[in-house]
Amino acid sequence: MKRKKLFSLFLLVLLTITLTACGGEPAAEDGDTAEPEIKDLILSTTTSTQDSGLLDELIPIFEEETGYLVKTIAVGTGKALEMASLGEADVLLVHAPDAEKEVEAAGDVINRQLVMHNDFVLVGPAEDPQGLRGLTTAQEAFTALFENETGFVTRGDDSGTDKMEKGIWADLGLEPEGAWYIDAGSGMADTLKIASEKGAYTLTDRGTYLALKDTLDLDILFEGDEILLNIYHVMQVNPEKFANINAEGGQAFVKFMVAKETQDIIGEFGVDRFGSPLFFPDAK
Amino acid sequence: MDFIVKGFFQALQLLLRGDKEVYSIAFLTLKVSGLATLISLLLGVPLGLYLAVSRFRGREFFLGGVNAGMGLPPTVVGLWVALFFWRRGPLGFLGLMYTPTAMVIAQTVIATPLVAGLTLSAVQQLSPKLRLQILALGASPLQFWWLIIKEVRLGILAAVMAGFGRVIAEVGASMAVGGNVRWYSRVLTTSIVLEVNRGNFSLALALSFVLLFITYSVTYLLTVLQQRRRQT
Repeated sequence: MKRKKLFSLFLLVLLTITLTACGGEPAAEDGDTAEPEIKDLILSTTTSTQDSGLLDELIPIFEEETGYLVKTIAVGTGKALEMASLGEADVLLVHAPDAEKEVEAAGDVINRQLVMHNDFVLVGPAEDPQGLRGLTTAQEAFTALFENETGFVTRGDDSGTDKMEKGIWADLGLEPEGAWYIDAGSGMADTLKIASEKGAYTLTDRGTYLALKDTLDLDILFEGDEILLNIYHVMQVNPEKFANINAEGGQAFVKFMVAKETQDIIGEFGVDRFGSPLFFPDAK
Repeated sequence: MDFIVKGFFQALQLLLRGDKEVYSIAFLTLKVSGLATLISLLLGVPLGLYLAVSRFRGREFFLGGVNAGMGLPPTVVGLWVALFFWRRGPLGFLGLMYTPTAMVIAQTVIATPLVAGLTLSAVQQLSPKLRLQILALGASPLQFWWLIIKEVRLGILAAVMAGFGRVIAEVGASMAVGGNVRWYSRVLTTSIVLEVNRGNFSLALALSFVLLFITYSVTYLLTVLQQRRRQT
């Protein structure tokens, strides 16, 4: 009889799991605000805003204020823009202005607004074998890195950072390829780790680098050129072009991101941990 | 070296303190993977039994499908399920993209061939004479299947363990169709990926211990069940 009991117990456990899983709605706290018509809001964004922890700070405030459930899908900027072009997202927070303008011109996104910036920096081994320190322009720095001995790790994932890096090579008329040019096909964190392990150089956004600095053997070797600015815009997916877009939610999120209170939080974010902000608010 | 040790102790601290988010992630993981395993059991066992006993044209084709399906890459399943559930996809109107339900569906797709395949091979290990004997003794179809299931129960439990182990460990499909949304569709594997990306190795380590603990506990319970039944 014992085994029968045990078997019943097993079935009971499975049943419990089934029943509890069926009530799949998250236990969201009810705000005083009226429930929005469509609750789900898909935010397609870049990994840097999620990995830095900025969205974990902002999203709960937005959800509390408006009653939306934000589904943050953190992917490379290329994929985020692609999701917009397919109508698979409601709102975007990305950082590749040129690519964004194309998508905007195609009518896939509307209401595109400047949110914040930080910058890209070149990092590499402290010994700096290519002598980036003291160079003044990004062009000089990238020229020095072309076909270097210690290697350069590229994201290779069509992200905003990847687009920035490829754009600079292209402007210089250089075609990086060969054993020194390591294609990581990964997010920023993994790419930094690979560069650190291999003693190679890479281009990174400052925020992700600062967040991971303690785990890396990489120093900032070049910074400060204006073309290395990393600019973030927020935008809505065009509800007139695609079906099922949460237009009101998208509009509310754009409004939220450029609101003064939010901008203040962005400007303060990271100061306690890194001594300097990770992003600089830009919305007027 | 010391950062591993440090991480280990931070992990323990985190667990003992009873972090609310860690518990909610662990609970969702158990729910999603447990439910997926249960459904794959309901689908996979009958499929395996049927394929083992029946004879029809093109049976090898299905057997090959089940056996190949045992190794379905979760990323591929995630991509396919996502294609169906996208707003423009054939099932987009259900609004299931980026929900725990979509994760259960994807994990069920991953586990079902495994459960079916292992059930199938367990049945095939039975002597063919047994089947004839059961039938010769005048068993009704229902009695026939029940006896077969009783004979292969060890194999079925092994299939459940393998299926559960596979889905609780997968990350690709959960990431693709669940989206790793905080407080909503974030499970242990996807949060480990996120925390590694954030450089929070101690938190990632803590989550990995939780994952191993859950996997071990569930498998242990099933093993006890399996071994007890064997003794009688």
